[in-house]
Amino acid sequence: MDLADLYRDVIVDHNRRPRNFGRLDSANHQADGNNPLCGDKLHVFVEMSDDVIRDIRFDGSGCAISTASASLMSEAVKGRSRVEVAELFGRVHRMLTRRDALPDAALGKLAALAGVREFPARVKCASLCWHTLNAALTGGSTVSTE
Amino acid sequence: MAAVPRLPGGFDVMRVREDFPVLARRIHDRPLVYLDSAASSQQPTAVIDAVADYSRQHHANVHRGVHTLSQEATALYEAARERVRRFVNAASAAEIVFVRGTTEAINLVAQAQLRPRLQPGDEIIVSWLEHHSNIVPWQLLCGQTGAVLRAVPIDRRGVVDFDAYLRMLGPRTRIVALAHVSNALGTVLPVRAYLDAARERGITTLVDGAQAVPHRRVDIQELGCDFYAFSGHKMYAPTGIGVLYGRERVFDAMPPWQGGGEMILSVSFTGTTYNHLPHRFEAGTPNIAGAIGLGAAIDYLEAIGMDRIGRHEQGLLEYATAKLAAVPGLTLIGTAPDKSSLVSFSVDGLHPHDLGTVLDSQGIAVRTGHHCAMPVMEYFGVPATTRASFGLYNTRTEIDALHAAVLHAIRMLR
Repeated sequence: MDLADLYRDVIVDHNRRPRNFGRLDSANHQADGNNPLCGDKLHVFVEMSDDVIRDIRFDGSGCAISTASASLMSEAVKGRSRVEVAELFGRVHRMLTRRDALPDAALGKLAALAGVREFPARVKCASLCWHTLNAALTGGSTVSTE
Repeated sequence: MAAVPRLPGGFDVMRVREDFPVLARRIHDRPLVYLDSAASSQQPTAVIDAVADYSRQHHANVHRGVHTLSQEATALYEAARERVRRFVNAASAAEIVFVRGTTEAINLVAQAQLRPRLQPGDEIIVSWLEHHSNIVPWQLLCGQTGAVLRAVPIDRRGVVDFDAYLRMLGPRTRIVALAHVSNALGTVLPVRAYLDAARERGITTLVDGAQAVPHRRVDIQELGCDFYAFSGHKMYAPTGIGVLYGRERVFDAMPPWQGGGEMILSVSFTGTTYNHLPHRFEAGTPNIAGAIGLGAAIDYLEAIGMDRIGRHEQGLLEYATAKLAAVPGLTLIGTAPDKSSLVSFSVDGLHPHDLGTVLDSQGIAVRTGHHCAMPVMEYFGVPATTRASFGLYNTRTEIDALHAAVLHAIRMLR
């Protein structure tokens, strides 16, 4: 068990200085995500036009994995369509849950989260933001990873 | 039956540790440092052997057969009940009902003692410190009856406000249900004063003793409560066994809770006669092995001595409190003057979940989260805390390991 594999420099950096953190007044889609067991709370704001994410922000409180994952996600999905986001979520989900997943160049910086799959109790921390974004884009309002 | 260790003279924690096989384990190539006994304690060989010996040699159903094994199982089961009675100094074994745990005990009282007599507007009083198991059963009951649940406030140290409590007791108060020791903060409630005030007003009382019984001598007759509940798995016995003490007069006036075998004297389709105490509240085949394990755990604790255990654990608490309080950015949550042996804390810029993962990588087991006491977390404005809780087998060396690992986590993640 190598902690350095979980808390890679990219993760620690995005936890210390989360990108796109805060409210987004121009948002036309948003959702809450809760992880009741650890108390993580996330709110995702999305501004969409012509089926493309023009801007995204998030706020709330969570562990380093959940905060870094949301920060990395916010960078990765900007400028993407719903279909592209769903496809990317599928890749992230495979990376987080499948021990035999091969490196996937399409993940870019999101690959920093690959170490999470060695820590099953933490997979839901990393996936909370994606479920929340999915709820925001599909018209749901609250998701829970429990 | 398994031998019980003899520990004349002082308290030798290294000798005690040899009684707990799991403590020899290595986790992630480090010695296990088990600091989660408030969630569930480990079992000594004496308990493991008592359960195994029963399963190998004496198992049969209780109170049913004339055959030898059934008589042996019944004798062992009832002997465990008598051990429990003596351990908490109840007046009679008829007042000791075996249940699954504290949660079931409280639900039993809510449904069998309170539900038939509650009217809309009646009041149930708990404290702000309670575990969810002493909140949710009352909320369910309020939903069924129209009664109202009220919580006595606490202060920033985690001490319950006694004056506020006295003001809240009123003509509509039907039960006061209080934690003897807070699982999230370690606060010890001066429970006698609370019970006296309720009794003077004729109010039924229940004490959740899950976090008290493993750590201090509890004398139920001296406390004078109507109900006292605790769990085996927090006092070095197996899971799935617990105790509801009920004052005989109060128990006797209660209708049964669950129906089935064991709790009856005779059944016909024109009517059923219920069994005597305590069997009336033990419908179905009970957790016989668990009760025997609980009896063995009590023998083990008594052989060491609750006073000696209490002193050892208070020493650990003082040591851990001083060490952790000196860590920059660390805030102890729960600083009552009278505390049981656990420390709950938060560290600036370090989420408890991350800290828990770092500690686990070093073989250290702590609880992170809301500790099933979300109102307490809400009061202190934190989503979760890290909690290290100490049992009779913990050492100062283990607290040093915790301290070093917390500093390591801060360097790594903050």
